[in-house]
Amino acid sequence: MILPKLAFRNMLGAGAKTWLNAVVLSLSFVAIIWTQGLYNGMDAEVSRVMIDAEYGGGQFWVDSYDPYDPFTIPDAHAPVPDVLQAAIDTGRATPFLLVPGTIYPNGRIRSVLLKGIDPGQSLLSIPAGVLKQADNKIPGLIGSRMAKTAGLQKGDAVTVRWRDARGTFDAKDVTIVEIMTTLAQSIDEGQIWLPLETLREMAVMNGQATIVVTAKGFEQAAAVPGWSFQSLDILLKDIKDIVRGKTIGASILYTILLFLAMLAIFNTQLLSIWRRRKEIGTMMALGFPRGKVIRLFTLEGALTGVLAALIGAVYGIPLLIYSAGRGLGLGANPGDSFGMAISERLYPTYSAGLVVGTTVLVFVVTTIVSFLPTRKIAKLQPSEALRGKLR
Amino acid sequence: MENGALIRTKDLVKIYPMGRQSITALADINLSFRRGEFAGLVGPSGSGKTTLLNILGSLDAPTSGSAEVLGEKVETLSHVKAAALRNRHIGFIFQTFNLLPVYTVYENVEFPLLLLRQAPAARRKAVLDALAWVGLSDRAKSRPNQLSGGQCQRVAIARAVVKKPELVLADEPTANLDAENSHHILQTMEDLNRDLGTTFLFSTHDDKVIRHLRRKITLVDGRVARDEVLARA
Repeated sequence: MILPKLAFRNMLGAGAKTWLNAVVLSLSFVAIIWTQGLYNGMDAEVSRVMIDAEYGGGQFWVDSYDPYDPFTIPDAHAPVPDVLQAAIDTGRATPFLLVPGTIYPNGRIRSVLLKGIDPGQSLLSIPAGVLKQADNKIPGLIGSRMAKTAGLQKGDAVTVRWRDARGTFDAKDVTIVEIMTTLAQSIDEGQIWLPLETLREMAVMNGQATIVVTAKGFEQAAAVPGWSFQSLDILLKDIKDIVRGKTIGASILYTILLFLAMLAIFNTQLLSIWRRRKEIGTMMALGFPRGKVIRLFTLEGALTGVLAALIGAVYGIPLLIYSAGRGLGLGANPGDSFGMAISERLYPTYSAGLVVGTTVLVFVVTTIVSFLPTRKIAKLQPSEALRGKLR
Repeated sequence: MENGALIRTKDLVKIYPMGRQSITALADINLSFRRGEFAGLVGPSGSGKTTLLNILGSLDAPTSGSAEVLGEKVETLSHVKAAALRNRHIGFIFQTFNLLPVYTVYENVEFPLLLLRQAPAARRKAVLDALAWVGLSDRAKSRPNQLSGGQCQRVAIARAVVKKPELVLADEPTANLDAENSHHILQTMEDLNRDLGTTFLFSTHDDKVIRHLRRKITLVDGRVARDEVLARA
């Protein structure tokens, strides 16, 4: 226990230099946790929105369905297998039917994806209930982005043209019964939601679906022939990749901050060893082996990391709590500019793993940086150190 | 080793390489010191006094020859064993005091005992005793920059003797002190030599120190020119 005690005395004895280094390091500390917390919050929110609005607990896709290849969609439909139908009947799943089509709003032509959804479903946050219509009109639900780009309003009728399963083109008017506001662009832009059974009849695809969305926690042990299960890990991969890409951008900022703090610590250590070479010689003369002197100086530097953590905690914890409670304003419709389902206020999420991981990272880096200059001591003869020499 | 000898050197040589040339700091030093001696290495600057003291203190290794200190051959000691020898058996007093600046007087004196892992109560008693020997009990909480040169050297003496070493090596201990402080310091060291039986070996060219020595070894150009017994204890 002698080394920590001596290191602590020496560190505090160094006065302003120690405090300056610790404060700079604490800034890196708090910046890393804060920015990582922001991206964790972004990741959590996007995932939550996408799960609530579209992904549920995962999706079964007809094998021929490839969302990245529009040419697969006309043929991407199949009868819902019994095992999935049983899940649908018990409210543990809900089917989507996807049919490519064209609309003619305001005298223009536009490609859309007609999506059939069960108006009685309660598994997803899509307000499909508005599609329960008693009259003979075909009700359509669109998102606010789609409404804006197509120039459609609630109550408007728009002509829809599609090709059914037999290859026959047909057209009908759809009445926009509701314009939903959603953070999830993937259920909005370029899509019209129709009652599932209506779309099945229109496309001559009775009892068929393209996607079956499962409830959260749904477990299907056996494979379903002709359908492949897309877990949340797969479905959220693109989003997580985008967030990770943005995190890398932010990490450049805090790498620079951390680098500056480490440069200060390295420089302080180097100067400290140079300035204290007689003290090193004295310690050796009093019986300190070189290894212990190296450990002492390394520990002094490493303790700066501990001090930085404490300083960071003093102003960082209130700051992070405030930030987590109040969120960070991102301006109007940030999701459209970010390309993700983000609300106008982003709430950072700080996990114990993030705080502990950052603390360990900063502590390890500080210790390594503190150790590097001390290697000079390993070559030092006590008599040389006492004479103030340092090779 | 001669009976009762604490230190013995045999054909001790120290050569410092200086670029392509080399400087012989010590040549054929054959000396022996008994326990309880109060001896001094005297001579002009560059005569090899500090070099010899450093080798005897295991702070440096000889180029050739042998230096046996407390039964340990300095030339074969690993740096860990040399550190242990210094820690347990040898006290050092330096010309420039070499007190650790961020520590208080008490902590400076306590430092060698921390390395010896003494129990806190025993450590405290030893430190307070050592400070009482040198008359600095009332400055225990002061820092070195709050002390005079004489007081600093007395702290250095307390630090050197606190562990009651068998050997104290003092390199020009009075060089930075005035006559009165020098006298007090030397008196303190003589008292410790008499009361504790500690062997003192000085390097000095200060007449004030020389007057207190009981044995004087004169070095000239790295060789022993004279070895005189001035008085017997």
